[in-house]
Amino acid sequence: MGIGVSIGAISPLAEPSAGGAGALVATAEARRAARRKSAEAFAIPSVAILGALILFGIFVALTGRNPLAVYHEMYRGSFGTWFSFQNTLQRAAPLMLTALATALPLRLGLVVLGGEGAMVLGGLAAAAVGVHLHTPMSVKLGMFVVGALVGGAWMAGAGTLRAYRGVNETISTLLLNYIAIALLNHMVEGPLRDPASLNKPSTLPIGDDNMLGNLPGLDVHWGLVFGLAACLLTWFLMQRTTFGFAARMVGGNVRAALLNGLPVRRLIVVATFLGGLGAGLAGAVEVAAIHGTANASLVTGYGYTGVLVAFIARGNPLGVVPVALLLGGIGASGGLLQRVFDLPDATVNVLQGIIFLSILFSDSLYGGRWARKPAVAA
Amino acid sequence: MGAQTGGGGVSAAAGVALGMVGGAIRISTPFLFVSLGECITEKSGRVNLGLEGTLVMGAMAAYGVSYLTSSPWLGVLAAGGCGVVLGALHGWLCARPRVNDVAVGIALMLFGVGLAFFLGKPLIGPTAPHLPSVSLGWWSASGQVRSALQVNALFVLGLVTTAAVRFVLRKTRWGLVIRTVGESADAARAMGYDIARVRLLATMAGGFLAGVGGSFLSLFYPGSWNEGLSSGQGLMAVALVIFARWDPVRCLLASLLFGGASALGPALQSVGVTSGYYLFNAAPYVLTLAIIVLTSSRDRALLGQPAELRMAR
Repeated sequence: MGIGVSIGAISPLAEPSAGGAGALVATAEARRAARRKSAEAFAIPSVAILGALILFGIFVALTGRNPLAVYHEMYRGSFGTWFSFQNTLQRAAPLMLTALATALPLRLGLVVLGGEGAMVLGGLAAAAVGVHLHTPMSVKLGMFVVGALVGGAWMAGAGTLRAYRGVNETISTLLLNYIAIALLNHMVEGPLRDPASLNKPSTLPIGDDNMLGNLPGLDVHWGLVFGLAACLLTWFLMQRTTFGFAARMVGGNVRAALLNGLPVRRLIVVATFLGGLGAGLAGAVEVAAIHGTANASLVTGYGYTGVLVAFIARGNPLGVVPVALLLGGIGASGGLLQRVFDLPDATVNVLQGIIFLSILFSDSLYGGRWARKPAVAA
Repeated sequence: MGAQTGGGGVSAAAGVALGMVGGAIRISTPFLFVSLGECITEKSGRVNLGLEGTLVMGAMAAYGVSYLTSSPWLGVLAAGGCGVVLGALHGWLCARPRVNDVAVGIALMLFGVGLAFFLGKPLIGPTAPHLPSVSLGWWSASGQVRSALQVNALFVLGLVTTAAVRFVLRKTRWGLVIRTVGESADAARAMGYDIARVRLLATMAGGFLAGVGGSFLSLFYPGSWNEGLSSGQGLMAVALVIFARWDPVRCLLASLLFGGASALGPALQSVGVTSGYYLFNAAPYVLTLAIIVLTSSRDRALLGQPAELRMAR
C-alpha cells in the first residue's frame, strides 16, 4: 500500500482541517480554527520543551545536583557569553544541514535517518577531491560540490530503493550509516591514508591556505551561512514551487497524489537526493573549516542530532534554524557541565532524548481538549 | 566442515571457517534475543525501533548489577527489567493518539543509549563476574577449536526461548490474541480485546528479551562495559526480523548467519588477511541491506507480515 503510510501521524499536514465541510457555511469558525492551529503549532512544542526541561531537572536533582545551577551553567555555556554563543553557532551550522536530510523527506512521509552516513561520505569525498585541486577557490568549490553530490547520491540510493523496490527507508538509511563509516575507516586506513598521519589515520591535509575561513569579525566559520541559506532555499522550494506542493501532497495523502498523476516515485528520489545534498555539504564544511582532512573525527553524531532537529521542527525548514540553535547550544554547554558539575558527557544525550520523547508525546495534544470537535479517531 | 577436524595444522581457509562458526555461536546471541523480542512486538502490529537503546541499557544494567551483587544472573534479570521499563514507555507513548511508533523508537534509541552512557560512566573499569559457559570443544586438541566451541549459557537459553516463543505464538491463547491484534485491530476490537494493552504487553515482553540480549554483551562477549560495546546489533536485529519473516526459528537461523558474517573481518585477520579489514567489518550491514533489497517488493506486502504493521512497507 501507501508509500507514505508510516508517518502520516507526524505531519501536521496529514490532519484533516478542523473546519471540515462546515467551513463553507461558517467561515468565522474556520478562521478561528486556523488561528487555533497556528497557535498550537507554536505553543505545543514550546510546552513540550519546557516539560522536558522540568523532567531533566528532576533527573539532575536525583543525581544530587542543583538543577537551577545546572541550567544556569548550561545557559552560560551556550548563549550567555559572546564566546559560548559563537560556539553554539558553530555547532548549529552542521545541524541545520544534516537536519534537512531528514526534514525534506519527512514532508513526503519518509523517515530517513541517514544524515550521519551522508555527512561522513560527503566529508571523505570532499577531502579526497580537495587535495587534487590547486587554487584556494577551486579547492573550496570542488570540495563543496563533490561533498554535497556524494551525500545526495548516497541518500538518493535509499530513496530509489524505497520508491522502486519498497525497501523501508528508515532501516536502509540506518544500515547505510554503518556502511559509510566502514568505508571511511577503510579509505583513511588504506588507499587514501596520509603516511604522515600516525596516531590518527587521515587523508592528506587540504592545506591551511585552502581552509574555509571565519565570517568577518566573528569566530564562526562560513558554514553557518551555508546552513541558513540551505534552510531558506529548502523552505522556498517546499512552500513556493510546484515541486514542493507535489511533495507535500505525497506526504499528505499518497493515494490522492497518485490519482492526480504525480510522479510519486521520482519525487521521493529527488527529495532524498536534495536532503542528502545538505548532509554531504555538512561533511564537506566540517573538513574544510575544522579538520582540514578526513578522519574518524567526522563521525560526530551530528547526523543523529539532525534527525532530532528535523522532528522537533516537524520537517519545517524554517523551524530547523531555531531548533538547530537550541540543540547546538545544548551541545556547546556539554563541556562546561563536565567541568563544573562532573557530569558525564552523555548528559547532553540524556537531555536530547528527553526532549525528543516529550516532543513526540506532545503530538497527541494537537486538536486536544480545547478543540471544539473530538479528536479524529485513529 | 573441514575446520572441525582440528589438529595442529589448521589451514587458512579452515581457520576462517572455524572463526566464523565460533563467531556465529558467540556473536549471534544478542541478535537472537533482540530479534525474538522484536518478533513478539511486531506480531502485535507495532514496531519498536528503540531496541538498540534497550540493548545498551541492558548491557549497562547487567554489568552494574553483576558487579554490585557478584551474581551475573541477577544482572541478566536487571537487564530484562530495564527492557520492560523502556518497552512500557514505548507502548504507553504509542497508545496515545497521533504518536508514531517509528519516531518513538528512534527517540528511545537515542534516550536509552544516552542514559546508559550516563549511568554507566562509573562502570568503565571495574570487572564484573561473567556468565558461565560450557565448553563443547573438549574432544579437540586444537585450542582454536576449543575456544570456538565455548558456548555460553545464554546462547542455550536463547535456543530454549526460540522454541518457547514459537510455541506461545502458535499454540497458545495469548499467541492467538497477539496475532489477531497484529493482523486486524478491528477484528480484535470486535472480539473485545484491548488493543493498546495487548501491544503494550507485547512491547514490554520484547523489551525484556532485548535487555537480556544486552546482558550478553557486557557479561560474556566482548565481556566488559564500555561505550563502544554495541555496534548497532539492536538495529540490525530489527532488520533481521523482516528477513526472518516474523518466524522465531528463522530468527535463530538469521542470527547465526549474522553472527558468522560479523566474524568475517576478525577471522580473516587471524589468518593474516588484513587488507580489507574495515570493509569486512561492514559485511553484516551489507548482508542485511542486500537481503532486505532482495526480499522486498514494490507491489505487495511481505509474506508473513502482520497486516497491522506499518513498518516494512
